[in-house]
Amino acid sequence: MTLHTPGHAGLAGTAVITRLALRRDRIMLPAWVYLITAGLASTAYTFRKLYPTAAARAAFAVTGGGNPALRFLYGRLYGSSTGALTAWRYGIWAAIFGALMTIFIVIRHTRAEEEAGRQELLGSAVVGRQAALTAGLLAAATANLALIVLLCLALPLTGLPAAGSVALALAIAASGLAFAGVAAVAAQLASGARGARGLAFGVLGAAFVLRAIGDSAGPGGPAWLSWASPLGWVELTRPFGGPRWWVLALFLGLAAAGTGVAYALAARRDYGAGLLPDRPGRPAASRWLRGPLGLAWRLQRGTLGGWAGGVACVFAVSGAAAKGIGSLLGSSTALRDEFTRLGGQTAITSAYLAALIGLAGLAAAGYATAAVVQLRAAETGGLAEPLLATAAGRLRWGLSQLAVAVAGATVLLAVAGLAAGLGYGLRTGTGTGTGTGAAGPQAARLLGAALAQLPAAAVVAAAAMALVGLWPGGAVAGAWTVLGAVVAIDLFGQALGLSHWLLDVSPFTHAPRLPGGPVSAAPLLWLTVAAVALGAVGLAALRRRDLG
Amino acid sequence: MTNAIEVHALAKSFGRTKALDGLDLTVRTGEVHAFLGPNGAGKTTTIRILLGLLRKDGGTASLLGGDPWRDAAALHARLGYVPGDVTLWPNLTGGEIIDLLGRLRGHPPDAQRKQALIERFALDPAKKARAYSKGNRQKVALIAALASDAELLILDEPTSGLDPLMEAVFRDCVGDERRRGRTVLLSSHILAEAEALADRVTIIRDGRTAETGTLAQLRHLTRISVDAELAGPVSLGNLAGLHAVHMDGPRLHCEADPAALNDLLRCLTETGVVTLTCRPPTLEELFLRLYSSERPTARATG
Repeated sequence: MTLHTPGHAGLAGTAVITRLALRRDRIMLPAWVYLITAGLASTAYTFRKLYPTAAARAAFAVTGGGNPALRFLYGRLYGSSTGALTAWRYGIWAAIFGALMTIFIVIRHTRAEEEAGRQELLGSAVVGRQAALTAGLLAAATANLALIVLLCLALPLTGLPAAGSVALALAIAASGLAFAGVAAVAAQLASGARGARGLAFGVLGAAFVLRAIGDSAGPGGPAWLSWASPLGWVELTRPFGGPRWWVLALFLGLAAAGTGVAYALAARRDYGAGLLPDRPGRPAASRWLRGPLGLAWRLQRGTLGGWAGGVACVFAVSGAAAKGIGSLLGSSTALRDEFTRLGGQTAITSAYLAALIGLAGLAAAGYATAAVVQLRAAETGGLAEPLLATAAGRLRWGLSQLAVAVAGATVLLAVAGLAAGLGYGLRTGTGTGTGTGAAGPQAARLLGAALAQLPAAAVVAAAAMALVGLWPGGAVAGAWTVLGAVVAIDLFGQALGLSHWLLDVSPFTHAPRLPGGPVSAAPLLWLTVAAVALGAVGLAALRRRDLG
Repeated sequence: MTNAIEVHALAKSFGRTKALDGLDLTVRTGEVHAFLGPNGAGKTTTIRILLGLLRKDGGTASLLGGDPWRDAAALHARLGYVPGDVTLWPNLTGGEIIDLLGRLRGHPPDAQRKQALIERFALDPAKKARAYSKGNRQKVALIAALASDAELLILDEPTSGLDPLMEAVFRDCVGDERRRGRTVLLSSHILAEAEALADRVTIIRDGRTAETGTLAQLRHLTRISVDAELAGPVSLGNLAGLHAVHMDGPRLHCEADPAALNDLLRCLTETGVVTLTCRPPTLEELFLRLYSSERPTARATG
């Protein structure tokens, strides 16, 4: 590297810091890249297996590509090849995950370092003031480059055409770079890592909503909105429908603009300062903030609100998409015969809704895991010490966090069930002869179905609690591994033909498949017992061990 | 019950590292006790055991007459604590945290007292903790501890990050607390702080108690620093108990054992003294001696 020349004084030390950044990300970065690639490749594989003939794909394209709710979620469908279907079903979502990865990387190495004060330490060495920003951007670029390489290798292996694979890989990675620019600006504007991530996620959310409205708009609607969104550009590149390579220039333009603005801002602002003012808060605590429970709720409520908002949107739209799902699945002749035998439209719709509710259960388990491992983060971050030096005992501390985690999971399941029920009910309520009722009863039915997933989600949260108590050093990694295993078993276990023994490990295997499936009290009871037992073991261990 | 803290032969290991290896510490009720030692000596580990955050491997420890591990929550209602490295919840304001910690202790701080401390330390309580500097985070923890009615204050390097002005405020506050009859355990490696505040001192090294006693008692063990300007050259050749003798024409600097002081002064006055400064060693010098070349074996007085 020749960045040490005097002409680049602002960049001195960039090479060293970039290496440091990549070393710190040596696990997270490959994991993201691998998961995004695996998601796309398995989508391609699934489409090839489920819709082997051109006719089946064409029929699917007509129903799937024409369903406004699905267009809202996935975007526009260009063509009916396996590649086109793959890019439609997972292209924008892969770009969203890529953007999330990039935002995390950029903020982590810029604003988060600054907030933690570590950058001060580095900045006092021979390190230029633009070095950290450059290092963060280089780390993000490296991740997106790795994504291009891996996608270009993996997608043709699943049988997709090479040119389209390259176009899709480039579109996803280029959207990542565009969001690197967005994150770089956010890191200069906000005065903390949390605020910076919030800003960047806000832009990502706005990009999704813009293209979702544009994509689902009917004739005469604001279809042009898709062009206003970097996520829209991913589909508009048309990777498998006659690629429009020039769209890639839009991404690069946004990336360059963001980077330029970020450098200009970074050169002008003070260390540690943001350009957006920090709003003052309450000078005294409210009545509610009086114990570990109040504190746990206060610390968790913002996150929960974010999750609830996201879950409400996704499940309302997914619920609305249930209406056309029968004809969509039916376009595969094998599936059509199977489902017709099983009881026609309603059963297919129920199966779809049950799968959706299952996803709500996994989301709730994910939220609860994140909330429980906060205990360990508080312990290592020094926040447990002032708390436990007061009359609040460890048991109250641990139990409060667990309670907030499980209560949050309950809220998320309720929101998911209600939103899916309303979305479905409002679209079917106009009387299309499906035999199901209007919004109110549907919302109540799916609310119940969703809440039946709570014991299983609580088991995952309680397992995280047990790990925090028994194995503090590996608790965070362990808890996420447990969640990952549960998600993998639940989503792919049946398809991969895993043994019953392995399937039974996941608590969701024992949760009722609702709506439509049979309900019995025994499994729910056993799951509750397991959750209570794991939680009790974790809390007991937490009381006995050293903290810190 | 006269001792707020009584620790005897305390031992704690982390893996193969021995953090504490037979530490003794006695803090009498109503005194300000300085707990001194270089970084890594085991001060924070001792405090964490006293707070019931860590479990001791051996020895005995009693805090306010109770067992710090078993009775943790009940004892904590009676003490205030300022950690050495203050971390605060980034999205709570300083004012919220002060209230929260007081309520968690079971005795919500008296609003007037809290307000007075906030003004005394010049803290902006409406700011989010994320925006506070290290010194301001320290102030939040100090105000939370001082505003409580706790019998015992455990302060782990409480002035790190405070500017000299705030350090002075802190000293005044500790003085007030002593007058109100509270017990203070003040861990520090800033010796001037201990000298200014402490009734008694315990110095630890490598997880063991090296010295303990009042400052006067410790000084008794130590040399006195003598600087003199004399009428002419002096010969000290036959005097015992002198160290670090340095003569530059009529100027003399040396360190004298207390027992040698009489003979030294007689010798100096015979030559004729122009100016003379004798001063007790600062804790700094005490420290340097304890932790430099001599490495004496553990001893205890008082």
